[in-house]
Amino acid sequence: VSASAGGSASAPIAAEEIYDEGPLYAAAKKVYPQKVWGTYRRLKWAVLWFALGVYYILPFVRWDRGPNQPNQAVLIDMEHSRFYAFFIELWPQEVYYFTGLLILAALILFLSNALFGRVWCGYACPQTVWTDLFLWVERAIEGDRRERIKFDDAPWSPDKLVKRLAKHAAWLVIAMLTGGAFVLYFMDAPTLLVQFATFQAPLIAYLWAGILTLTTYSLAGHMREQVCLYMCPWPRIQAALTDPDALEVTYRTDRGEPRMSVKEAARKRAQGSPAGDCIDCFQCVHACPTGVDIRKGLQLGCINCGLCIDACDAVMTKIQRPLRLIAFDTDDNIVRRKRGEPAVYHLIRPRTILYLAAIALTGCIMLYAFVTRTNMHLSVLHVRAPLFTVTAQGGVRNGYTLRFSNKLSKPSDFALTVSGLKGAMMTSVVAKPLSDGRLTARVDADATFEVPVYVSTPPGASPGKSTPITFTATDVKTGEASGVVDNFFGPITSSE
Amino acid sequence: MTIDPVQVDKVSGQTTTGHEWDGIRELNTPLPRWWLWLFYLTIAFSVVYWFLFPAWPLFGSYTGGVLGWSSRAAVADQVALAKAARMQEATALESASLSEIAAAPKLQELALAQGKAAFGDNCAPCHGSGGQGQKGYPNLTAGRWLWGGALEQIGTTIIHGIRAPDDADTRTSAMPAFGKDGTLKPEEIREVADYVRTLAGLEPEHGVDIAAGKKIFADNCVACHGEDGKGNIEMGSANLTTKVWQYGSDINDLIYTITNARNSTMPAWGHRLDPVTIKSLAIYVHSLGGGT
Repeated sequence: VSASAGGSASAPIAAEEIYDEGPLYAAAKKVYPQKVWGTYRRLKWAVLWFALGVYYILPFVRWDRGPNQPNQAVLIDMEHSRFYAFFIELWPQEVYYFTGLLILAALILFLSNALFGRVWCGYACPQTVWTDLFLWVERAIEGDRRERIKFDDAPWSPDKLVKRLAKHAAWLVIAMLTGGAFVLYFMDAPTLLVQFATFQAPLIAYLWAGILTLTTYSLAGHMREQVCLYMCPWPRIQAALTDPDALEVTYRTDRGEPRMSVKEAARKRAQGSPAGDCIDCFQCVHACPTGVDIRKGLQLGCINCGLCIDACDAVMTKIQRPLRLIAFDTDDNIVRRKRGEPAVYHLIRPRTILYLAAIALTGCIMLYAFVTRTNMHLSVLHVRAPLFTVTAQGGVRNGYTLRFSNKLSKPSDFALTVSGLKGAMMTSVVAKPLSDGRLTARVDADATFEVPVYVSTPPGASPGKSTPITFTATDVKTGEASGVVDNFFGPITSSE
Repeated sequence: MTIDPVQVDKVSGQTTTGHEWDGIRELNTPLPRWWLWLFYLTIAFSVVYWFLFPAWPLFGSYTGGVLGWSSRAAVADQVALAKAARMQEATALESASLSEIAAAPKLQELALAQGKAAFGDNCAPCHGSGGQGQKGYPNLTAGRWLWGGALEQIGTTIIHGIRAPDDADTRTSAMPAFGKDGTLKPEEIREVADYVRTLAGLEPEHGVDIAAGKKIFADNCVACHGEDGKGNIEMGSANLTTKVWQYGSDINDLIYTITNARNSTMPAWGHRLDPVTIKSLAIYVHSLGGGT
């Protein structure tokens, strides 16, 4: 799981001895996080209620898009392959916007990591949010750390049975609400909610709600920190992304060591001998939701939630020593303070500037792509079999399959022209000819329409092996136009 | 990596594996026990799966599973679902005439899509994937139709076929085998073949008597192919004046055609396909010719 520095190993042991006796597996040590109060706990609650609020309320937010259009603000409509987010409507061929969003999310994660380490893990990750919520339930029913340890060890009794059942029932209810809210993003939420309650909802909705219920219950109720330690790839990636200037939850060894009791420290200080502020009370360890001892330094299990800071501050207040023996700090600053130099903080440094620039660039590219996005689209596919036809009359004809897309919420009429080929004539059994030689087709609201089109040269013309031609579709009402270049093929003539 | 003696790590109290990378030693941390349970769970899952679903091969068969699931049945279910979803349009297609379908964009769209699929399944082996045809099999994209290119004419051809032995109403006509029957002598056939080439604007062979060919044509061919050689869709006689030749415009191809006659056949699809599919095929094939 973790690696040790080269210097911290003791005397060699014969390999056979280890492999014969070493266990293949071990039971996870159960963590009983203790309740704490303080700045970081308040922040964690705020993020938790905000995140859960968004998750549960968002599906019910309405957004009027006109008749025959869904009025749910955020909706992933799998049946009609559309994604709606307020004023934005995305089609399947536009999923690259999600690529942009994912890149943006990754860069923001990198930036937050460069500034404050794994705060994502400590505050905003769904695993952290739901684990915190489940812990709150557990604490409310079974009591705080000490009671829970005793409760776990106690023999079965009616009281224990009732409390256990109550805890798991409450967990399951939260898990079901989690899974239930998830499926609301995929259908009209109020409708689905009624269907769900009256057992009229599609099977797939129950299936996904069930899966999410199961994962929430097991991951937030039972797996907890094991997810962070063994399942999540982010701690490993984070280890490669961090640098000495990132503010991590740090035990300030310069202040804390050597550890001793309050009385002994007072005596030492009176003598003028060095005395650390750490009284070895283990409050930081007991508060930790992943069960690490932060005094051992930066480590894989630490999710930078800062609950140990709150726990330690409470103790420091009691023993009347300065706060923040544990704080968001760097190892460099510990060394500096030991040398009597002031602490320095490099929040603005090349790495963070680079991340910010990358975020701004990605954001600008996405914004540009979004602003220049059109409400209509034309795609052209050349018919390959046959590549061209010499007609009975002696002309050359090429077939094309055109697809018009109309992203507006009302039907649009498109006019089609072709240019680049002398004397070219368009015919289609689907699109109707206008008096000026253009073709026209009506495309339904929020739909695409496939139109086979033939382009022919007059009899006797020899168009050559390949000629680039341009199809231009114009929305008659809005004037929006889309041009596509393709080729017109003909027989290879002797001059070529 | 270098091999390093196994040691006990001071911080974690864990033994190392003896592997070392640039001074970093790997801890021999045991697997979490729940991980092992998950492993057992996957084994249990597979046993349940064998019981429920097709799994083990046997001699000449396989274990079917108690759920009776099969991918073939799953496809059949999905096809039935798709058919049910299109019921309304399919019913409309059934009652509409070909010209009505061509005038209604929604019906036309569906007919074109269905026709394209049916064409690939049934017609492409002879007529080519895009209706481009091949030697002996008509090109459907060139606007030259032996039995007529109007919607109804195409529909009739598909339903009854051409010279189909199992259909009383099949389109039929027979070009005589002028050479094999002894009606024309080989040099006469050569002369008329050269004349036919000139009808389409092709160069005749050097030194052949075109006037003689023209006379032979007038005596033997005009009854079916017409004075001007433009053919007659009533009897499926070919238009000889176009750029499109079903059996080739080469002089030897023409001589073979006149000597032996071709009289090729097409199955009567009315016995094989349902009416809606045939209508869809007619709409699609009509569109291949550009609708003319």
